[in-house]
Formats: sequence, structure tokens, C-alpha cells
Amino acid sequence: MEFLSYLISGISLGSVYAIIALGYTMVYGIAKMLNFAHGDVIMVGGYISFCAMNYLGLPSIVAVLLAMAVCTVLGVVIEGLAYKPLRSAPSLAVLITAIGVSYFLQNAAQLIWSAAPKVYSPVVAGSLSLLNGQLTIPYVSLLTVVVCLVIMAGLTLFTSQSKLGKAMRACSEDKNAAQLMGINVNATISTTFAIGSALAAIAGVLLCSFNGTLMPTTGSMPGIKAFTAAVFGGIGSIPGAFLGGLLLGIIESMAKAYISTNLANTIGFAVLIVVLLVRPAGLLGKYVPEKV
Amino acid sequence: MAKQFQRGKMVPVPSRAIVPERDVDKSPILECRYLGIEFGGLKAVSDFNLTIGRTEIAGLIGPNGAGKTTVFNLLTKVYQPTHGTILLDGRDTHGMTTAQVNRAGIARTFQNIRLFSNMSVLENITVAMNSQMKYSMLSGIFRLPSFWKEERVAKERALELLSIFDMQHLADHKAGSLPYGAQRRLEIIRALATNPSLLLLDEPAAGMNPSETAELMENIVKIRDTFQIAVMLIEHDMNLVMNICEGICVLNFGQVIAKGTPEEIQSNPTVIEAYLGKKKEG
Amino acid sequence: MKKLTIKRTTRTDFITYLGVIVAFLIMMFLRDQGVLNRSLTGQLVPICCYISMAISLNLTVGILGELSLGHAGFMSVGAFSGIITAMSLQSTIPYTPLRLAVAMVVGAIFAAIAGIIVGVPVLRLRGDYLAIVTLAFGEIIKDLINCLLVGYDSNGLHMALNLTGSKSITDLNLQPDGIAIIKGAQGATGTTTIASFTAGFVLVMITLVIVLNLVRSRTGRAVMAIRDNRIAAESVGINVTKYKLIAFVTSAALAGAAGALYGLNFSSLQATKFNFNTSILVLVFVVLGGLGNIWGSVIAATVLTILPEALRGFDDYRMLIYAIVLILVMLATNNSQAKALLGRIIPKRKGAETNG
Repeated sequence: MEFLSYLISGISLGSVYAIIALGYTMVYGIAKMLNFAHGDVIMVGGYISFCAMNYLGLPSIVAVLLAMAVCTVLGVVIEGLAYKPLRSAPSLAVLITAIGVSYFLQNAAQLIWSAAPKVYSPVVAGSLSLLNGQLTIPYVSLLTVVVCLVIMAGLTLFTSQSKLGKAMRACSEDKNAAQLMGINVNATISTTFAIGSALAAIAGVLLCSFNGTLMPTTGSMPGIKAFTAAVFGGIGSIPGAFLGGLLLGIIESMAKAYISTNLANTIGFAVLIVVLLVRPAGLLGKYVPEKV
Repeated sequence: MAKQFQRGKMVPVPSRAIVPERDVDKSPILECRYLGIEFGGLKAVSDFNLTIGRTEIAGLIGPNGAGKTTVFNLLTKVYQPTHGTILLDGRDTHGMTTAQVNRAGIARTFQNIRLFSNMSVLENITVAMNSQMKYSMLSGIFRLPSFWKEERVAKERALELLSIFDMQHLADHKAGSLPYGAQRRLEIIRALATNPSLLLLDEPAAGMNPSETAELMENIVKIRDTFQIAVMLIEHDMNLVMNICEGICVLNFGQVIAKGTPEEIQSNPTVIEAYLGKKKEG
Repeated sequence: MKKLTIKRTTRTDFITYLGVIVAFLIMMFLRDQGVLNRSLTGQLVPICCYISMAISLNLTVGILGELSLGHAGFMSVGAFSGIITAMSLQSTIPYTPLRLAVAMVVGAIFAAIAGIIVGVPVLRLRGDYLAIVTLAFGEIIKDLINCLLVGYDSNGLHMALNLTGSKSITDLNLQPDGIAIIKGAQGATGTTTIASFTAGFVLVMITLVIVLNLVRSRTGRAVMAIRDNRIAAESVGINVTKYKLIAFVTSAALAGAAGALYGLNFSSLQATKFNFNTSILVLVFVVLGGLGNIWGSVIAATVLTILPEALRGFDDYRMLIYAIVLILVMLATNNSQAKALLGRIIPKRKGAETNG
């Protein structure tokens, strides 16, 4: 029974990672950059929803939508101001800029909302009691899993069926060729950032509901871990990000329960390293050798 | 082979005593037997048999996509062959890495130039002498006498090699900033600096004008004569191939369709059909 | 033309050495005159450590061309092994400078070992995959040290790993004369601070000599060849794995020595100090100083360590300003339009420096 509840908590945490990883993988796939500010967009999403619920007294669903709207705008603005001018710059320059944006968001959040942690009450209260109360599953956990599945299915459909989704895939393969085929590359990249940031907002709400707290650095570690999860599953692959996130969440939860509380992160990272050594492109990624 | 660092001077030419008199048939430097590679069931090259003499200039021709560069990649172990054997100077290169094959005596250039573009011309050449230099990392850090001695010899030899193409004055330029033709020539020099016994040139005349090509032809022959090595080249310029190659091998769809002297190849109907297309231009 | 250019690299090296020596002498003079304020005096040793960190990371990122996001991990290994060494040898080697030197060497050796352990698997990966795995290793090293309990008594060293959070320093069963050196998440406390500015200066000089001479030797050339074109490097007989590992491990060892000095500069130090942000901090020095540009790293590390101190007056806005400056500098130096604008204001320098 203990095992089951750890598993459920792992799946729920993993679903949060998966949602973040989905956003990460889309942005990486198209912009080919490690967007270290992604985790901080999550944090902003958390704060916006927190303020909407606690200060404005809005219902949770409105708060979530508001957070998504703000994060979408934020994502597009960040892309337009900081990343777009560097489209042809070396990747390291873009990386450092992303880190600059990350610092900026964290410190701005600290100035606005202070560094002290806020108590975040879950968007959905209560929990489901099973087997005579031996097993309790918070409704938020269930919601997280459902949301994650819906997003995954939606994104898969979107990228394979819609015109915009196809344009995204074309851009991620070859920007110049896509441009020659009449695809507006800049608009496509902006849209990708918008979607990724909206997902980050949802992830932010769910992550804070899961953790129960919120502070300016809330997003950074989950951001890094979600990126790990995306790499784990095979970066650029939507099912890969989902699988990677889920596995990472379960591994972390199990490691915490049965091996060591202090080394839960370490074990997750160690599994990533082993996976990458065996499959250099991740679980579901495709390894493309360099052409001579 | 005299690959050692002797008398404080790196010997660019294996001495005449070691290299026998020119004998194309009896002492091959390279022998490929049933060489082949499959990419997921697709046979890119199959049953490739070829023998190259010690000081032969051999040509590898064929239409685009015939698998010519793949043969080079197999010989240099960029791809590991799935079938067949490669004997270099009688030694099986099975299981060797690209770097080991190079140290064993095969050097190459690339179709799309691959220079160390952020390094100077001189450095591009001396880096190729790395496996012939012996001083340790610590000698390098503490600048011990062996460092100075070997560096001086390497530099002298690099300038000597540059003089083949009259490029000494470019020694301190950044390799990436050289004009296209000079980059191609530098790649050949870099390959030579590794002291090869077989030099593979992948489309050396690509993008060159007729007078540059003529000069290149002279230089390839000159290289063979001075260094007494075998040269194998992929080239689309038939004038170059027919004029300097002693043996020619024609590939189509990954298979050898003809082998022989330039005269034989020129009159071979299979080649004319496969390579030049059906008689249209007369 | 030829001789002039060859002299240029030697001259750049010479100026770098000279600059560091002069800066050291000036700082020593100012400190002895009491001109420097306390916060700046306290920064002297950390600046030296960060310079060393930046130079060594430049070896991996600029010269080898592989992005490492876990450099602080090696600093951490060096810091804690250095602290353990120095604390354990207190009575054996009473002469402080020698004890410091031994601690730094031990720190370098342990960091080098960590470098081999990390490098062998990691260097097979490429690009961003390598970056993310070095990041993972950095976090793993941090977490492991965070669990570490180390004490020293007449019976020698005692060590334990606090995996579940249930152990404490008492579980080491130290003799009454024993000292607790590292206390898990609390880190190293009560360390005798033996680091000195002179030692920092020596560290920077040694790092400079090693990296600059390495780069100008056949080893460095092989490493740069791998950076510029891996396949071509293999085709001229360079053992890619070997040279990648040499560069990576040298870089780790130098970071370890810097870490040991850093650790022995503070009486209390936690493993979380060497987290991802510290790795990034050093990476920023390297990128702003210029990839492969050693003296650039020296200057960037110095300026960017002092800058946040200088911004102390702005207090809360300090890091915000830092972030904005960072973004603007990256935009200004890498955007083609901004570059063109800068080019019109500042006359273009003749001839780009290569690997200076």
C-alpha cells in the first residue's frame, strides 16, 4: 500500500515534469537552445495564479487561464527581445542570454513578491480515499495526470495534423529550407515559445499545488530536471518528453522512499547519465551521425 | 617504414632503400578484397576489389552517388566495413580507428573542405605531425629542450611542405580566411604532413579553374615523385583523371563496373553508358 | 609579417603574465597601506580563485570547445578534499604555506580523479547532451558532499555518508581529541583559514603557465584541432578521446586547486556553495572574456567578481542590474546590427586575436 502511494505521488510529480519537459522539448526542437529561463516562467505562472486566487479572489480556473495568458505574453516578449536578435549568434551566447533572463525573472520576482516562501493552496482541494482510507490520492494528483495526458495528446495531434504544427516541424528540421517553402520562420518560433510558456504556466500551477509552497527559485530546479527528462526521453520527441518526465518523477519518488532522501536528485541524474551512455539520443530519440 | 623521428629531422620521404623500385603489380600498398558496407540493408558499396601499387596514381570515378566517397570512408574507417578486408601494406586494418589507420599510412582530404579553420596554416600542418612528435605533455608545459627541438623541426618541415604549393608566405594566416583554392591545397599538405604511404584525395580539383587544375595535376605528380607514395583520387574532371592516373576504377551503384588504364576505360562501352550516359552528345 | 605574428602570441602571453604580476604588486601595496576597504580585501583570495576557475574552464569550453555546466563540481571536490587535508595535517605540517600547498595539490589530484570519472563517459557525448550531463554530474557531486561526514582524531580519518538524514557527526565516534571537519549539510565549519593573497597569486600564475604553455604545445594544438573539426582531427591521426580527456582532466585539476584555496579562505563552507549557479557564474566569465581568450578570462573574472560588490549600494537591485547588464552585453556583442552600430562608434581593431 505504501508502495502504491509512492508510485502515485511519483506519477503525479512525473506528470508535472512531463508538462514542463513538453514545453522545453518544443522550444529546444525549434530554437536549438537550452532555454534556462523556462523554469522561471513556471515560477511566474505560479505567482500569477497565486495572486489571482489569494489577492483577487478569482476562481482557480480563471486564475489558471490568467497565468497562461501572462506567461504566453512573457514568453513571446522574452523571445522577441532577448533571443530573436541572436538567431545567428553562437549557441553559447544564446545560452548565456537565457541565463541572464533567468536571473532577471528570479530577481524581479524577489523584488515584487519577496524571497519569503508563500503557502500555495492546491487549485483543487480534497482527496480521494480508497480501500477504507488506506490509500488517499489528492484530487490534484489525478488532475495533474489527466491534464498531462490531454496536453500530450493535443500536442501530438497539433504537430502532426495542423498546418502550424507542420510548419514547426519543418522549422526544427531545417530553418532555411522552411523559409524557402514560404514558412514564416520567425512567427513559427514565436508561436512555439507562446505554446511552451502557456504549458509552463499550467505546470507552474500544478507544481505549486504539489509542493504547497512558492518562492522565486521554485522553478529553477524543476526546470533543470524537466530538461533532464526531455533529454532522457529523447529531445525533440513529444512522447519522449512525456515518458522521460514520468520516469524521472517515479524514480525520484521511489529513491526518496526507499534509498535515500538526500540523494533522490542524484539517483535521477545518475539514471539519466546511464541512459545517455547506452542510448546517446535518449530513450525515444533518433541518433543522427555526422555526415562526412 | 621510416616513420620515426630521426637525427632531429623528420624524414618526409620513406628512404629509397625501403620503398622498392616502382612495381605496380607485385607489391601493392593497398589491397581491398570484397569490401562492402550496408546501411540498414542498403548496400552502399559491395564487392569492392582493388589493388594499388606503391607509387601508383589511381583514379576512382563514377556518377554522383555511386559510392566513391563511401569507399574513402571505408578505407579511413570513418565507417567500419560490414564485409571484406582492407590490407594496407599487407597489414589487415580490421578493427582500427580512423586515427590508427592514419598512423598506419593512409591520409586523406575531404570533399567539403575540413580544415582547422580557427588555427593558423602552420598549426594546421604541425598538428598533423602530432603522432610523429614525441615530447610529453609535461615537456610542453615546462618547455623542456625536447619541446623546443621538436617544435623547431616540425616548423621547418611544415614550411618545406608549404613550399610544394608556394604557400610559405601564408604560414601565419588563419586557415579559415584563406581563399578556396589555397584551402584545398592546404588540406593536401596537411594530409602529407602525416607521412602517409597512401594519399586519398576527394575531388581535389572541385571548384578550380582550368589553369589551377593544370597546376594541381603537376603538383600531384610532383608529390608522388618526391614522396614516392601512392595517390588515389576521386575526381569528376576527366581531363585530370585521364592525364595523370595510371589505373582507373569506375564505380556505379556501389559496384565496380570497370577497371583499367585510361585508354581502356575511355573505350569501355559499359563505362560510357553508365558514366557518361547513353550517347547523346556524340 | 611572419616573425611579427609569431611574436604576437608570445607577446600576448607576456603581457598577461606581466599584467597579473603588476596587479598583484599594486593590490599588495594598497592593502598594506590600508587603502582597500574590508570587503574588497576579503575579495582578494576569491578573485584569484575565480580567475583560476575561469582560465581552467576556458580550457574546456574555449580550447576544447565542449560546454561544461558542472565546473563548480570540481571546485567543490578540490575545496573539501583540500579542507580535509589541511585540517588533518595541522600537527604534521605546522608550516602554514607548505600545508596550504599540500592541500591544494591534494585538491587538484582529487578533482582530477573526479574529472576522469566524469570525463570518460561524458566526453563520448556531443554538444548539449554533454552539457546537460556535466550539469547532472555537478549536481551529483554537490549532493554527495552534502551527505558527507568527516572527522579526524588520533586514529586517523573517519568518514560516513548521511544518506537518510539520520546520521550526524556523533556517529563517527571520534576520540575526545578529534575534530569534526565536514558535517553533512552544515558543510565544513571551524576550518582554520590559511589561504593568503600571495597563494592566490601563485595559483593564478601556475594556472596561466600551465594553460598557456599547454595551448602552445602539440597537446594544445591537437585539442584545438578536435574543436575545429573532429573528423579531420581523427583523419590526421589524433586520438580524440585521449586529447579530450587530457584537456578535461587538466581543467578539472586546476579547478580543484582553486577550490582548495577557496575552501581554506573561509571558516565555514557548505557544498551548496558550489551549485549550478556557481558553474554558470564561471561560464559567464569565460564567455564574456572571450572563448579561448585567456587574458579575457582573467579580466572578466576580476571585473565581474568586483562588480556585484561595487553595486552593493543598490542592494536589492544588484542582481537585477547584473542580469540586465549580462543580457545587454550578450546582445551588443553578438547581434549583427548592434555590432555594426558599435563598429561605427569604436574603430575596428585590426586583425582578430586568435586563441590569445
